[in-house]
Amino acid sequence: MIKTDILIIGAGPTGLFAVFEAGLLKLKCHLIDALAEPGGQCSEIYPKKPIYDIPGYPEILAGDLTKKLLEQSKQFEPGFTLGERAETIEKQVDGSFVVTTNKGTKHSAPVVAIAGGLGSFEPRKPAIKNLSDYEDRGVAYIIKDPEVYRNKRVVIAGGGDSALDWTIFLSEVASNVTLIHRRTEFRGALDSVEKVQALKDNGNIDLITPAEVKGLYGKSKLDSISYSVLNEQEKHIKTDAFIPLFGLSPKLGPISNWGLEIDKNAIKVNNSLDYQTNIPGIFAIGDVNIYPGKLKLILCGFHEATLMCQAAYKIINPGKRLVLRYTTVTGIDGFDGTRKEATKSVVKSID
Amino acid sequence: MSLDICIKITDRQGILHTIDAPTDMALNLMEVVRLYELVPEGTIGICGGMAMCASCQCYVQSSHLLPEITADEEAMLSEAVNVKPNSRLGCQIQINTEMDGLEVELAPEE
Repeated sequence: MIKTDILIIGAGPTGLFAVFEAGLLKLKCHLIDALAEPGGQCSEIYPKKPIYDIPGYPEILAGDLTKKLLEQSKQFEPGFTLGERAETIEKQVDGSFVVTTNKGTKHSAPVVAIAGGLGSFEPRKPAIKNLSDYEDRGVAYIIKDPEVYRNKRVVIAGGGDSALDWTIFLSEVASNVTLIHRRTEFRGALDSVEKVQALKDNGNIDLITPAEVKGLYGKSKLDSISYSVLNEQEKHIKTDAFIPLFGLSPKLGPISNWGLEIDKNAIKVNNSLDYQTNIPGIFAIGDVNIYPGKLKLILCGFHEATLMCQAAYKIINPGKRLVLRYTTVTGIDGFDGTRKEATKSVVKSID
Repeated sequence: MSLDICIKITDRQGILHTIDAPTDMALNLMEVVRLYELVPEGTIGICGGMAMCASCQCYVQSSHLLPEITADEEAMLSEAVNVKPNSRLGCQIQINTEMDGLEVELAPEE
């Protein structure tokens, strides 16, 4: 059981900044995120795109903002459970919460802050009618252990970076790799596109474009697929695995079953007082919440995270008073023993 | 003076909406759909209009001359579901006066 003060669900900019604000109040944070890396949308959807409305940064790339936020909260030693989706929440008799992920990791905290943005990113699934029948029976949307495909026949579908990268990687592992894409153009790093071209030219992989996978076949598990080029007659190929890699799309997911009030795919909070939900002790901050006047901006998420931490402090330290202090005056004492402070002005007389 | 154009949008339930879209606000089609709340918030314009998701996919039913499909839009459409030959991403269609009478149908939610 992982124990912390504030359990943050979502490691995007809002969640990461909450770690800093909590740290100033001596509260420890742990973050859960379904993605394998922190940063949320900033890392997953648009890491190379600029943002112009972060106060103090006339221009910053989304990926760089993530790096800066991680650096800013580093001394408060946040814990991370990455690549796992928060699945269930249970209130304990002492008022604390236990949140369990889809992989069974349990987290306990007196305060839960949902900073889930648009929800957890789930693989986009192609519209093939019996697709779900073959999940874990030859069909996978995420490659966890490439060794599973050693000496197997693999069909990959997709035209982005992950389709290209896994085609390159699995060409060394699998007995046969076929890449099927709806267009002849691929969207990926130039280097990857060139490598796939070379693999095709050397006969190391089969490349079928512009084509679409149409059907899946096999009794207890997948043994062949059919595809069609430009809607011509379908052709069949034998395969052990089919891996559609069409990117990720966000879904609010299991959080929507936690008994929280939901409106317009977002979690309702008590106006802009402290962003607490209808369940005391559970807060919703950043893009995931909704209240009158809500704006889905990163800078609003920072503000919401800050107010949430004040309210969390009062829950965790009942009866204790809190005085607003400025980092410039007090400096920052990290949980790792580091201290940052303004240099003292020297008082010395001049003869 | 604001110049409005008329756009016919069939929503995901198949209901036809005839709406007046302003041409002086630099809006794109995805934003027009949100402005009129034709679909629930959070189910359209997820990436904010960067052609990096397909939540604003629509089918263009009239023969209006629209901005050309960029490489980014093309790549996104090649990965999306329910794509038809007349599919476009609403966020890449900037509304202008030439588009009066435009008819589109919103693609199903992914």
